[in-house]
Amino acid sequence: MAPPASSETAAYVALGRVGKTYASPRGPVAALVDIDLDIRPQEFVSVVGPSGCGKSTLLKLVAGLEGTTFGTIDIGGKPLDGTPDRLGVVFQRDVLLDWRTILDNVLLSIEFTRKPTADERARAVALLNRFGLGGFEHRFPWELSGGMRQRASICRALLADPDLLLMDEPFGALDAMTRDDLNIELAQIWQDTRKTLLFITHSIAEAVFLSDRVVMMSKAPGMVVDVITIDLPRPRLLAVRDTPEFAAYVHRIRHHFAELGIVKE
Amino acid sequence: MMRFARRLFLGDNETRDVVVVLAAALVLWEIGVYVFQPSPLILPAPSAIFAAFLETPGLFLRHLGFTLWMTCLGFVLAVVIGVALAVGIVYSKFLERTIYTLLVALNSIPKVALAPLFVIWMGTGPEPKVAIALMLAIFPIVIDMVLGLRSVDPDMLALAKVSKASPWAVLIKIRFPCALPSLFAGMKVAISFALVGAIVGEFVAGSRGIGFQILVAQGQFDTVRVFVSLLLLGVVGTILFFLVDYTERLSLPWHVSQRGRHQSSADRA
Repeated sequence: MAPPASSETAAYVALGRVGKTYASPRGPVAALVDIDLDIRPQEFVSVVGPSGCGKSTLLKLVAGLEGTTFGTIDIGGKPLDGTPDRLGVVFQRDVLLDWRTILDNVLLSIEFTRKPTADERARAVALLNRFGLGGFEHRFPWELSGGMRQRASICRALLADPDLLLMDEPFGALDAMTRDDLNIELAQIWQDTRKTLLFITHSIAEAVFLSDRVVMMSKAPGMVVDVITIDLPRPRLLAVRDTPEFAAYVHRIRHHFAELGIVKE
Repeated sequence: MMRFARRLFLGDNETRDVVVVLAAALVLWEIGVYVFQPSPLILPAPSAIFAAFLETPGLFLRHLGFTLWMTCLGFVLAVVIGVALAVGIVYSKFLERTIYTLLVALNSIPKVALAPLFVIWMGTGPEPKVAIALMLAIFPIVIDMVLGLRSVDPDMLALAKVSKASPWAVLIKIRFPCALPSLFAGMKVAISFALVGAIVGEFVAGSRGIGFQILVAQGQFDTVRVFVSLLLLGVVGTILFFLVDYTERLSLPWHVSQRGRHQSSADRA
C-alpha cells in the first residue's frame, strides 16, 4: 500500500515551535523545546525517546490536558482550545473503573456526556469481540489479565469513533508476548479504521513495526532530532520483523540514538 | 439468624472463633466470681446480670430502643450532612479554607464537654441527644470522605476530561465511587461515636435511654443493673458495627478489601 498521504496534504495535527516549561523551586525547567511536527490525516506517527524526554508531556499537550508554554497546536485546522473534539486516549495504565464491568467501562467514554444508545452498546460488544474479549463483557476488570485490561481500554478509546487517537506507552507495562499480540492487533485495527494516531513508546522495534513515521526525541529537554519515514509494506504481520528492511530501520534509529549518546551501541 | 446459626455449626471458622472466645470469657468471669466472692456491689456474676435483665426485660429494651433511635438518627444525619460537606470542601477552595479548617479546629475540643451547652440550647428531649451523636459522628465521616474524594487516579480524571465529562459526571461516575471505601471506613468509626454521643446526651439530661438507666442504677448502688445496661450497649454497638460492615460488603464487591471475602461477585458475573 502506498504511503497514506503526500506531504502536501493538510496536517490534521500541527505543532509549531511548541515548548513546555515547568516551574520548579530552582527556577523554570524546560521539558520540551521547539517541537515542530505535522501529523497528516490517517497517519500513524510514533514518538520514540529515552525516558524523561518529555514524550508523554507532548501527548498531554496534544490532548489538551496541559497548556503549552510556547508555540501553537492546531488540530483539524483550528487552534487547540481545551481538549480536541472526537479524541480517544489510551494511557500506559488501563485506568478501568473497578466497579464497572468491562462492557460498562467501554461505554464510559460515551456515558460521561450522555446515555449510550442500543446501537452503541452493540458496537461496544462488537469491539470487545474483535479484541478477543467476547464473553468477558460482564466480568470485572480485576478478573482479567493485564493484556485483556489494556485491550478493553483500547476498545473504550475506539468506541466513540474518534478522528484522533493518542496512545501513551500503552503496552509498556505488558510482558513481551502479550505486547507482540497487541502490536499485531493494533496494526490490524489501524489498517481497518485508519485513525490519525500519535503513539508514544520507548521501544524502537514497536515504533518501526507500527508506524508510517517515527519521531526521534533527544534527552531532556526534549527536542525532535530526526523524523524517519518507515516504508515497509502494509498490512504488516509479525514476520516483517524478520526482514532486512525492518532490521535496517531499527539499526538506523538505534545508531542515531547511540551517536547522540542516548543509548549504548 | 438462621444464617448465623448455620455459620456457627457448619464450620465458619471466623464466627465460631468469636463465639468461643466470648463464651470462654463469660465462663472465666463466672468462675472468678464463684471462687473469689467479690461484693456484688463491685462485680456481679454474669448469671446474676442475666437474671436481672430477665426480671424487667421490657424496661431495658424500651430504654435501649430509645438510645438506639437517637444513635441511628444522629448517625444518618452525620452521614448525609458529612458527605455533603465533604463534596463542598473538595470542590470549593473557599469551603476548604473555611469549613474544613474550622472542623479540624473544632475536632480538637473534647466534644463531650460541649454536651451541657446542647442541653441549654435544646432542652432535655431527644434533640440534644441526636445533636451530640451527630457532632461526634460527623468528624470521621467528613475527614475520610474528603480523603476518599481526593484520592482519585489522575489518569482517571484525565480520561474524564478528554471525554468532555461535566463536573457533575466526574463526581457521580468517578469521585463518589472511588470515595466509597473511605466513606465506609469513616462510617465504621462514626457508628460507635454516635452511640457514645447518645449515651453522653442521656447522662447530661433526660429521663429515657440506657444512659439514663445507668445513672439511675448507679444512684441506687444497683451494680447489677449497671452491668445489664453496659452489656446491652456492648451487644448493640457490635451489631451496629457489623451492620455497617455488612452494608459495605454488599456495596463494594469490587473493592480489593472485599474480594477475598466472598467469591459470589465473580460467580454472579
